Amino acid sequence: MSKRIKVLKTYKIFIDGKFPRTESGRYMQLKKDNKPIANVCLSSRKDIKNAVLSARNAFESWSSKSAYNRSQILYRIAEMMEGNKNQFIEELILQGLDSNKAILEIDQSIDRIIYFAGWPDKINPIFGSVNPVASSHFNFTILEPMGVVGIIAPEENSLLGLISSIIPVILSGNTCVTIVSEKLPLCAISLAEVISNSDVPNGVVNIITGNKDELAPHLAQHMDVNAIGINLDNKELKNQMFFQSSNNLKRVVDVSKYNIEDSNFESPYIVKKFMEAKTTWHPIEKDFTISNNY
Amino acid sequence: MSSKIKSLKYNGKWDFSPSIETLENISIQKEYQLFINGKFQKPLSKKYFPSINPTNEQQLSRIAKADSKDVDLAVNSARAAFNGQWGKISGKERAKYIYRIARIIQEKSKELAIVETLDGGKPIRESRDIDIPLAAAHFFYYAGWADKLEYAFPNRFPKPLGVVGQIIPWNFPLMMAAWKIAPALATGNTVVLKPAESTSITALLLAEIIKEAELPPGVVNIITGDGSTGNLIVNHPDVNKIAFTGSTQVGKSIMQSISGTNKRSTMELGGKAANIIFEDATLDQAVEGVINGIYFNQGHVCCAGSRLFIQESVYDVVLRKLKDRMQSLVVGNPLDKNTDIGAVNSKQQLATIQKYIDVGVKEGADIFQLNCELPKSGYWCPPTLFTNVSQSHSIAKEEIFGPVLAVQTFRTTQEVINKANNTPYGLSAGVWTDKGSKAFNLASKLKAGVIWANTYNKFDPTSPFGGYKESGHGREGGLHGLSPYLNLE
Amino acid sequence: MILDLKTKVDKLGIEDRVTRITKRSLKSEAKLQGLKMILSMIDLTTLEGMDTNKSVEQLCYKATHLHQEFPDLPNVAAVCVYPNMVKTASNFLKDSKVKVASVATAFPSGNSSLEVKIQETKEAIFNGAEEIDMVISRGKFHSGEYNYVFDEIATIKETCGDKARLKVILETGELGDYDHVRLASEISIKAGADFIKTSTGKIKPAATLPITLVMLEAIKDHYYNTGKMVGMKPAGGISNSKLALQYLIMVKETLGNLWLDKHWFRFGASSMANDVLMQILKQKTGVYQSNNYFSKD
Repeated sequence: MSKRIKVLKTYKIFIDGKFPRTESGRYMQLKKDNKPIANVCLSSRKDIKNAVLSARNAFESWSSKSAYNRSQILYRIAEMMEGNKNQFIEELILQGLDSNKAILEIDQSIDRIIYFAGWPDKINPIFGSVNPVASSHFNFTILEPMGVVGIIAPEENSLLGLISSIIPVILSGNTCVTIVSEKLPLCAISLAEVISNSDVPNGVVNIITGNKDELAPHLAQHMDVNAIGINLDNKELKNQMFFQSSNNLKRVVDVSKYNIEDSNFESPYIVKKFMEAKTTWHPIEKDFTISNNY
Repeated sequence: MSSKIKSLKYNGKWDFSPSIETLENISIQKEYQLFINGKFQKPLSKKYFPSINPTNEQQLSRIAKADSKDVDLAVNSARAAFNGQWGKISGKERAKYIYRIARIIQEKSKELAIVETLDGGKPIRESRDIDIPLAAAHFFYYAGWADKLEYAFPNRFPKPLGVVGQIIPWNFPLMMAAWKIAPALATGNTVVLKPAESTSITALLLAEIIKEAELPPGVVNIITGDGSTGNLIVNHPDVNKIAFTGSTQVGKSIMQSISGTNKRSTMELGGKAANIIFEDATLDQAVEGVINGIYFNQGHVCCAGSRLFIQESVYDVVLRKLKDRMQSLVVGNPLDKNTDIGAVNSKQQLATIQKYIDVGVKEGADIFQLNCELPKSGYWCPPTLFTNVSQSHSIAKEEIFGPVLAVQTFRTTQEVINKANNTPYGLSAGVWTDKGSKAFNLASKLKAGVIWANTYNKFDPTSPFGGYKESGHGREGGLHGLSPYLNLE
Repeated sequence: MILDLKTKVDKLGIEDRVTRITKRSLKSEAKLQGLKMILSMIDLTTLEGMDTNKSVEQLCYKATHLHQEFPDLPNVAAVCVYPNMVKTASNFLKDSKVKVASVATAFPSGNSSLEVKIQETKEAIFNGAEEIDMVISRGKFHSGEYNYVFDEIATIKETCGDKARLKVILETGELGDYDHVRLASEISIKAGADFIKTSTGKIKPAATLPITLVMLEAIKDHYYNTGKMVGMKPAGGISNSKLALQYLIMVKETLGNLWLDKHWFRFGASSMANDVLMQILKQKTGVYQSNNYFSKD
């Protein structure tokens, strides 16, 4: 009896909840021990353009969802990942990790998602405030999401680093376009599959594979991107992105300063970096004689 | 408005047919045991008491009655779990257990809602749409705090208290269990919880869920019983904190019992909330808020808006709208999806409500009740309102805990603030005005722990809930709901 | 008379009330009774640029032969057409109880002179229209010229005289918010409307449950202030019986028994009629239906 022929996987990119091929039609071939293991999309600026458009369209409804709702959706991503653990382990091993490290990385990734899933409805109680202004006004400050965030995910730690780049950004209501690890992109596509199974609305997360040097500038210069989260070791490219982002005053967050593998990464401060503060005033009527309590 | 214009009629032409929730997949055990140390075990007391369905006065099940030996066992298990596994695992792992509980509640929500209705008498629509989802949400919310406590209190490294004793009431049985257990677990404590005598079953179903979630044994213990069981928990020397929701009277006696001990406490007690309608309110929506505030859940709500203050210039209009709206309320079988007002929880409670209604009439207030057909068996009270009520009437001062509204008028903001605050209670209040600055003014002056402006009876796990004065102390929900379960020194 | 934004509506409050109404559960007898009522309240409508005499006649045929297999079912209330089709409809329906309603006043935009609007109304009535569905001038409304809007309605009402009942279309989808829907309702009612109607059906959003509730409350307050009844017609966007039943429950719980009658409540719809029939048949037989068995005219 002849051996069963496996169905080989096609690695496409993830835009607007769908899996298109890159508009450019180009590909880059990943090899292991000189044998080809995958043909991954070598995306182009047009893909970036489409992804930003999709992220922008998704922003209004994603940020209007209740924090509770977003929490549940993030938790669901963790549930789906736990169910697809083996797929991730296989890919991490294929990309060169030994199996113990692979298991550790996927477990850490799932637990990290659960950690951040608990934050959406707790950020404002901690960082927001009611401000006791001297005039008779009810004055409060809340943190809001910024809009569309461009993300450059790290080269190493292809799964944990990717999760750590995306989840803190979207939990507050931002949507994102993520350029993933160039050398180790396989988990990114599996993550896209998990996300599309998890009630995450289309366009909230967009995942682009390809050449970072080529793609990053298009994200950094895009006038409809509100912020960039960069996790790069390449200092030259990083500085270039900082420079280019000033064209519309994007908020730039250098995530490479944080040690992704450390559990100290798990904190609300990384979330806060991708939020804006809004302060509102409203008069409080006073009666003639009695002074106000606030 | 001309008094010659006939009131609109709402019934008799097109009435709802019964739409009864099916009991097909529901099974209630003949007998329930205590849940101690991760197992269901027979009470050492060997005693049981019946749980009655208030809709038909039939027995649903026999519930175990814990005595001092059982309470000892439960507290010891909780202590062992606190000193053992629960005390050692990380917040992260604690979180995952609590998330499991939340998710399983969501999976079993239909069954839980139906049992809640059978045991307590509240309409299926309420259990299904409010009680059970909020219970799940509370667990989900607090699960997220378990590994984030270092951010909640600046300059403090919070520690759990140890074993907490929790006693909950019969008006929102499963939801109250969630309000108590979730923050206790998130902060690293272990629990001994006593559900109300008349509504124990959903707490026991929660025990099954806790078992399914594989929570380490002894972390949560659910011991059923009556007032005496509660007293044993309150007085047990190895309990570090008492959390109680119930009547002010019992709250006072608990505070007496624990005085001189080191026990921490939170009390969530009675209320006599003022619901205030100004002439510039959106009147139809205000009326809906008033109805929601006093008639739903049969008025068995500590924060019920039981005193309505109407600004005199819109008194006639509001009263007419109120009475018209009451005509569409459906009183009856709580398993019917159209029922708005279900059964009164128990014979005793119905007697209490009836007593106050009689007092109200005797005191000279004018009574108006919905004219509706009530089932022959079971405990029922139609929605009732009293007008021409004075500030000194008993029905305006004492908590009735039933679908009875006392209506007064006012002329100025200052007057209504004084009258609203003129009570030993201070749990909640409602303000209806379309003018934002006035709403904030009232909010700043009303002495109540929860102010609802242009809405009523809204609850959310992130929103702190609790009272001023004799309505209790401590807050449940939100960041504020954590500190009662922590040592912050 | 001072016409202004006096009565405000709390959006969240209205929507909460609507949510409670949508949770009502209609079964068996109550559902069948409701469905029959809905059938009797439908204004079967065709308002297409490409209407022809034959297409209008087809609609009229459907109106009078909706359900030949079930003679115990009521007829629809009316057929609603453009003014130039009134004669055709009227001739076809002259021996039936189904009324002929005509849109008028430069439907759907309302952007024409008053003279043209009066003339159009007169012609429609002359050709047999028993009901006139007019539109308010939304431009004037948004400019704050409320008295103009009022006068226009009063004039058309006068033109109708006692020959036709006047329905006033607010085009709620263009009014902005619930406060303005309430104001437009009050203006129309005070100016003499026999019915107030949500929409032309030509834009989205058309009728919604909360908007209809706002209008019902205006009608209710008017009743208690004057003793007079005004009818209500939600139109457009009501595609299935489930939604229609929710509207009817809303009427029942807001205005009560008197308005549960085609003289005071209508549905502006066309495709819904088939769905109502399907549901009626399902209630009677217990079996879910397919729309292949109901003619699509």
